[in-house]
Amino acid sequence: MADFDFKYRYKAVVIGGSAGSFQVLVKLLSTIPADFQLPIIIVSHRLKHIRSGFVEALSLKSIKTIEEPQDKDPIKKGKVYLAPSNYHLSIELGNTFSLSTEEMINNSRPAIDITFETSAYVFKERMIGILLTGANKDGALGMKAVADYKGLTIVQDPAECVMDTMPRAALAITPIDHVLRVEELIDFFRKLHKHVGPLQ
Amino acid sequence: MTDISILELKNITQAIREKFGYDFSNYASSSYKRRLLRILDMHKINVETLIEKVNNNNFTKEDFLHEITVNVTEMFRDPSFWKSTRSLLTTMAASRDKIKIWHAGCSSGEEVFSMLIVLKELGLLHRTEIVASDIDKSILVKAKEAKIPVKSMEIHKHNYERYCGSTDIEKYFTKQGDLYAFDKTLLEKISFREVDLVKAIPFSKFDFVLCRNVLIYFNNNLQNDVLKLISDCLFDGGMLAIGAKESISWCEVANKFVPLNVEERIFKKNRS
Repeated sequence: MADFDFKYRYKAVVIGGSAGSFQVLVKLLSTIPADFQLPIIIVSHRLKHIRSGFVEALSLKSIKTIEEPQDKDPIKKGKVYLAPSNYHLSIELGNTFSLSTEEMINNSRPAIDITFETSAYVFKERMIGILLTGANKDGALGMKAVADYKGLTIVQDPAECVMDTMPRAALAITPIDHVLRVEELIDFFRKLHKHVGPLQ
Repeated sequence: MTDISILELKNITQAIREKFGYDFSNYASSSYKRRLLRILDMHKINVETLIEKVNNNNFTKEDFLHEITVNVTEMFRDPSFWKSTRSLLTTMAASRDKIKIWHAGCSSGEEVFSMLIVLKELGLLHRTEIVASDIDKSILVKAKEAKIPVKSMEIHKHNYERYCGSTDIEKYFTKQGDLYAFDKTLLEKISFREVDLVKAIPFSKFDFVLCRNVLIYFNNNLQNDVLKLISDCLFDGGMLAIGAKESISWCEVANKFVPLNVEERIFKKNRS
């Protein structure tokens, strides 16, 4: 397994994914321990007009509870957040969420780009952006923003993606720190947890 | 990377306030900044040029406002909300002769059309008065025209079916080329009104105020002020609806409201 160079005191992990990412998220969340300290913010493309169900399905095997943030909720340590359907999810200075119903981007709302771009702006080098399998280009520009602010960038290895368009789009426009298979991602979270220390 | 610095944001916000009389300083900065970036991108200009254009009248107030505001909406958004509204309106109608409704931030009118259909199907339309307001004059013109692109009908129709309306939504429209024109007779009860929630003062009293997915564009301070304004515009016992992911629990006037439907964010103003 790879070694990771954790350069900064990270404040958040933001994960984006689309087609095929549900199973990856389930695997990750079934191994991330209850006392994992960093907030994890997940943006996953989902059926726009099914408001509930997704968070429940994702919660089934997750160790931590998952919640959909309300507008202007503060981002808290130790929490796992899921972008609600049919809203874009932004991070505001002062570490709060805000939601919006602006136009879809790449036919997506929530758009991964928006969450990546706003969290990169707020957390700068202290964030970790992870882009998983997906069938469109959403998230690529967002990953570029994370990289431009010197955050840590990871994409799922296109070779094992259900749809590799999304990680490949990111790899095409920006340097990515790590290209990882799911097993390696699980290992990454284990090492990150060790590095950051448990939630007090 | 294209970005707008905090200082630039302050400068453009000041120019807009001085030139147009709109104060965006308490808007949620992430979406406000994104709207500004969108304008810069559309016109291929930088912030400095935008400020110049605003100051030199190269932008009309109306054009600027139209580009900065978000006008994405759909009929019967959150069908379960409309089901709950239908039942609460039925209850409300039993104790009132007339029902006054305010759509605060009505955008291109899809929510108002949804309400008109609900009221029509409940047989309450003749007892209703509706005010539909928005900050953006040009979007109000569009709402008044009440024409919907054919390509967006699919989503409206899908929502309406999940709402379990009593007919086919297309019955309320006449097809005109690539547009669907909404039944004009239903629009008679509406008065459209230009209202900037930032500086509005209570202008009337209502039985039901809908302000859904509008507060999300404001920061907490402005949300608090707008909720106070809305509370002042509600009769005791009146209802307030906010967006599915918005909250009032933290605001100054929270204690004036009790939830009628927690999931759908519908509240009732206490009798004081």
